[in-house]
Amino acid sequence: MTTTPPARAVSRRGLLAGGALAAGGAVAGAAVVAAATGDQAGGPPAAAAPSPVAAVGALVEPFHGLRQAGVTTEPQAHGAFVAFTLRPGTDRAALGRLLRLLSDDAARLTQGRPALADTEAELGLLPARLTVTFGFGPGLYRAAGVDDRRPPSVVDLPAFRVDRLQPAWSGGDLLVQICADDAVTVAHAQRVLIKDSRPFATVRWVQQGFRRSPGVEPAGHTQRNLFGQLDGTANPRPGPPSDTAVWVPDGPAWLKDSTTLVVRRISMNLETWDLLGRTDRELAIGRRLDTGAPLTGTAEHDEPDFAATGDDGLTVIPDFSHLTRAHVTDDRLKILRRPYNYDGTPTPQGHADSGLIFAAYQADITAQFLPIQRRLADRDLLNEWTTPIGSAVFAVPPGCPPDGWIGQQVLG
Amino acid sequence: MRPTRPLGSYRRPSVVLATTAAALLALGTAGCGPADPAAAPQSSASAPASAVTGVVDIRDPWVKAADKGMTAAFATLVNGGDADVTLTGATTSVSPMELHEMTMKDGKMVMRQKEGGIVIKAKGTHVLEPGGDHLMLMDLRQPVQAGDALTVTLTFGDGRTQQFTAVAKPFTGAQESYAPGHGAPMPSMSGQPSMSGQPTTSPAS
Repeated sequence: MTTTPPARAVSRRGLLAGGALAAGGAVAGAAVVAAATGDQAGGPPAAAAPSPVAAVGALVEPFHGLRQAGVTTEPQAHGAFVAFTLRPGTDRAALGRLLRLLSDDAARLTQGRPALADTEAELGLLPARLTVTFGFGPGLYRAAGVDDRRPPSVVDLPAFRVDRLQPAWSGGDLLVQICADDAVTVAHAQRVLIKDSRPFATVRWVQQGFRRSPGVEPAGHTQRNLFGQLDGTANPRPGPPSDTAVWVPDGPAWLKDSTTLVVRRISMNLETWDLLGRTDRELAIGRRLDTGAPLTGTAEHDEPDFAATGDDGLTVIPDFSHLTRAHVTDDRLKILRRPYNYDGTPTPQGHADSGLIFAAYQADITAQFLPIQRRLADRDLLNEWTTPIGSAVFAVPPGCPPDGWIGQQVLG
Repeated sequence: MRPTRPLGSYRRPSVVLATTAAALLALGTAGCGPADPAAAPQSSASAPASAVTGVVDIRDPWVKAADKGMTAAFATLVNGGDADVTLTGATTSVSPMELHEMTMKDGKMVMRQKEGGIVIKAKGTHVLEPGGDHLMLMDLRQPVQAGDALTVTLTFGDGRTQQFTAVAKPFTGAQESYAPGHGAPMPSMSGQPSMSGQPTTSPAS
């Protein structure tokens, strides 16, 4: 949980898909075991190769460690963000009991074991890379009387000109982010965690979203949002120095190895987006739709040349483009985007209810997220077609050892 | 980018996919401990079963949270020895306790005291679970709140005792009727637990 291995040129999923197509399930199974055991020095020896059917369902992400899982974890296909409001009287001691219960649920379910007193125990056997990540809103620190342990940047964001925030998608004292490569696994974990929370808290909002399913694209590919844009190209690369963009490198126990999370619900107006031609869409984003390359380059990760001008004398990448406004050159000031698409029920007229659950992780919201957000709110042309309708901020406390619980450094 | 490992590297797919009770029992215990160290410094609800030294291995112990009245504790008891073991009693500081079983009475399942105790066969496993044998807390003197750690002492037929700590889970099931002796069934076990100081809906009489 504490180290991020260098990205492999050939992903496990790539091997799996290739093997399955080329030589059948036996080869695919062997590839899974070989790739996984390479990650795990000193782990138990490989037994019989898993069948291809369980190759996705049986994959496990670690739960215990110095840092919480579900942040730099390669994003899973399905995500549920569950925000709670603490009941009156849920104090520091009660929060300790709550988080012991939820940590135990997460420790079991993420490892493919049913929760304690799991009424649907069979649904707990296929983790599919389940992670459960806990975030603490400003209200939790107040309720516990430990506001001095709240990372200073974890406060409600200032209002932005473009915001049309709805209370139904905003705020929250406690966040549980549940992600897995299978929707049934997410649903079961959500049910278990909410049931154990009910004596302590009420459900404030739930946002459920999705990305590409396992095996659809090679791991590590930048995903597309429902505008068809590659989304997340500018994420910090794994490993130092950008490691410190996400994780707090030092400080007291409640701060070191923590991060922060901003969850923004971004409504995307597919109806007005439909009115744009391809050229206008690319000018709005500053990138090619097909490759994701900046308009001055040919490949997704080419450095944009904001000074380059075209025959008309104008910059090739417009100043109002999303790329220009969001661009950060200092690795330490980047934010880790881990978004999920949402796609609600269309209106009777067939107008989409689509958008993005924009989840951004960064060591410090004030130093990293806010400058980008201010530049976007000021001039990003993409604002014409996108509207923030929800906003919440959370501290993501450090991880816990096998005999511990999430939040023990804050509440213990 | 984070390393992942397939369960298949140490667990056979047939176990992963199995849905029998036996397969679930085989999964054992580990993980973040919900036990309150202040309440139970000597034990932990989440200690690996192999670390338990006692008459039997006690796996996945838990108690149904309740504000007052009756509630019940559950666990999986594993007898690794070569002789049968008989559980004859249980005690805790918050309530008198009885060993109960479920039985059919007048066409409905009711619980009653288990005569002769609970036998855990040699090399066998006995599951205490909602709807089956369980450890009954007859009359709570104080609330058992969700997330609490409750210390329970078991007594066996040969006089040996063994302690374990059960974590309190919010649980709406296990609404069994109680049939003490031959009388009419009593009201159901207490309902949804709540925070201390908040109203509870269905206390047992």
